[in-house]
Amino acid sequence: MTWKRKDLLTIAELSVDEIELILTTAESLKEVGGRDIKKVPALRGKTVVNLFFEPSTRTRTSFELAAKRLSADVINFSPSTSSVVKGETLIDTARNIESMQADIIVLRHSSPGAADHLARFVQSSVINAGDGWHEHPTQALLDVYTIKEKKKQIEGLIIVIVGDVAHSRVARSNIAALTKLGAEVRVVAPPTMLPLGVERLGVKVFYRFDDALIGADAIMMLRLQRERLGRALLPSTREYANLFCLTPERLQLAKPEAIVMHPGPLNRGVEISPAVADSSAAVILNQVTNGVSVRMALMYLLSGAA
Amino acid sequence: MDAQEVSRALSRISHEILERNKGSQDLALIGIRTGGVYLAKRLATRIQQIEQRDIPFGELDITLYRDDLSIRKDQPEIRKTSIPFNISGLKIVLVDDVLFTGRTIRAALDGLMDLGRPAEIQLAVLVDRGHRQLPIRANYVGKSIPTAREENVQVFFEELGQVDRVSIITGSRDQ
Repeated sequence: MTWKRKDLLTIAELSVDEIELILTTAESLKEVGGRDIKKVPALRGKTVVNLFFEPSTRTRTSFELAAKRLSADVINFSPSTSSVVKGETLIDTARNIESMQADIIVLRHSSPGAADHLARFVQSSVINAGDGWHEHPTQALLDVYTIKEKKKQIEGLIIVIVGDVAHSRVARSNIAALTKLGAEVRVVAPPTMLPLGVERLGVKVFYRFDDALIGADAIMMLRLQRERLGRALLPSTREYANLFCLTPERLQLAKPEAIVMHPGPLNRGVEISPAVADSSAAVILNQVTNGVSVRMALMYLLSGAA
Repeated sequence: MDAQEVSRALSRISHEILERNKGSQDLALIGIRTGGVYLAKRLATRIQQIEQRDIPFGELDITLYRDDLSIRKDQPEIRKTSIPFNISGLKIVLVDDVLFTGRTIRAALDGLMDLGRPAEIQLAVLVDRGHRQLPIRANYVGKSIPTAREENVQVFFEELGQVDRVSIITGSRDQ
């Protein structure tokens, strides 16, 4: 199969074949990261612009590294130091960047649908690096890649997503990807953190952590977004940690070979205990490594569909 | 070329490789995906039989080094490069099935150089069909087959469940 899309905006719009193509391309590209000279000339002369309207270190660095390993030129653009503070709109900013011949624009924005909106206005390929609570497709792709690397296949696995699903674009993208690929996805959280009608996404809903963990192949912890605690989702961080912190004892309830994932940054002692985060079950750093390969794969595929 | 001719050509090339390199010391074979990999494997087996020692063997995918990536409409599939040894200081014999414009070999040379600094790179091909667009020449050739530009040389492999054979097909496919 060949790649036809100009942009990568959501997981929801991707077919299983498209997801598989991204994963196999990433698998082939992973070797580049293990070389002494971690660079191939595939995107020589192309320009990638990182347009991040929300703070991010990990994702931005990962995209930057991915572009550089493919020999593209990278420009990082952050709103605090730019004309955005002077009142420029997203579209005007992007059109200006496009006029400088950017081939790929990587956008993170707090508004759901921002990437989709932008993609309609520019010729450049747009990659959604997170739009509000909507989607974070590259995170889901790197998560799926990591699970597949460890478990060989996705179909038939039991995957538990734990935490604030309602406000998590990571959860939304992962649910879309994993259900498409045939996994059983369970979500577990206090009811205030599960969106109304979440079962319509094709997931099984749990409210007690221990129940959800039984038989799990992979456990995906979401970060407790403490900045949102003011919204009265929880009585306290401590109560959340008591009920939803992944401890070694709880991990025992999952399958013996179960893997533990986290999109970072970690709140040690809140959603994940240090003993689990540093255990051999944790694949959190593999996720980071794989993120670069997956983003390389996407940039490679998108740069062809001119 | 039929199966017997292919087999004889590979046997001859194995001996030529050993003769030119005065044995198999510091020698390694690297096949270019996909056809070259099968041929390199067969050459490695033959050389191992003659020399009674293992020869390092690797697989190279040149997609990322192609010179037409920025002008093609859709991106060619990337397959795995797997070279499980350090190529620096080794005498590398690069193996491909058909030598045509030379552009694949140019890409392969760049790809190899990114992986280390071999002492020497030599080139072995099953078929040389002419029409070079770059100053590239093979050290070992199974058979030189004069072709027209628009013809297409197809190599069939036992490894793909076919009978070994090389044939010329009129009417070019996308090269």
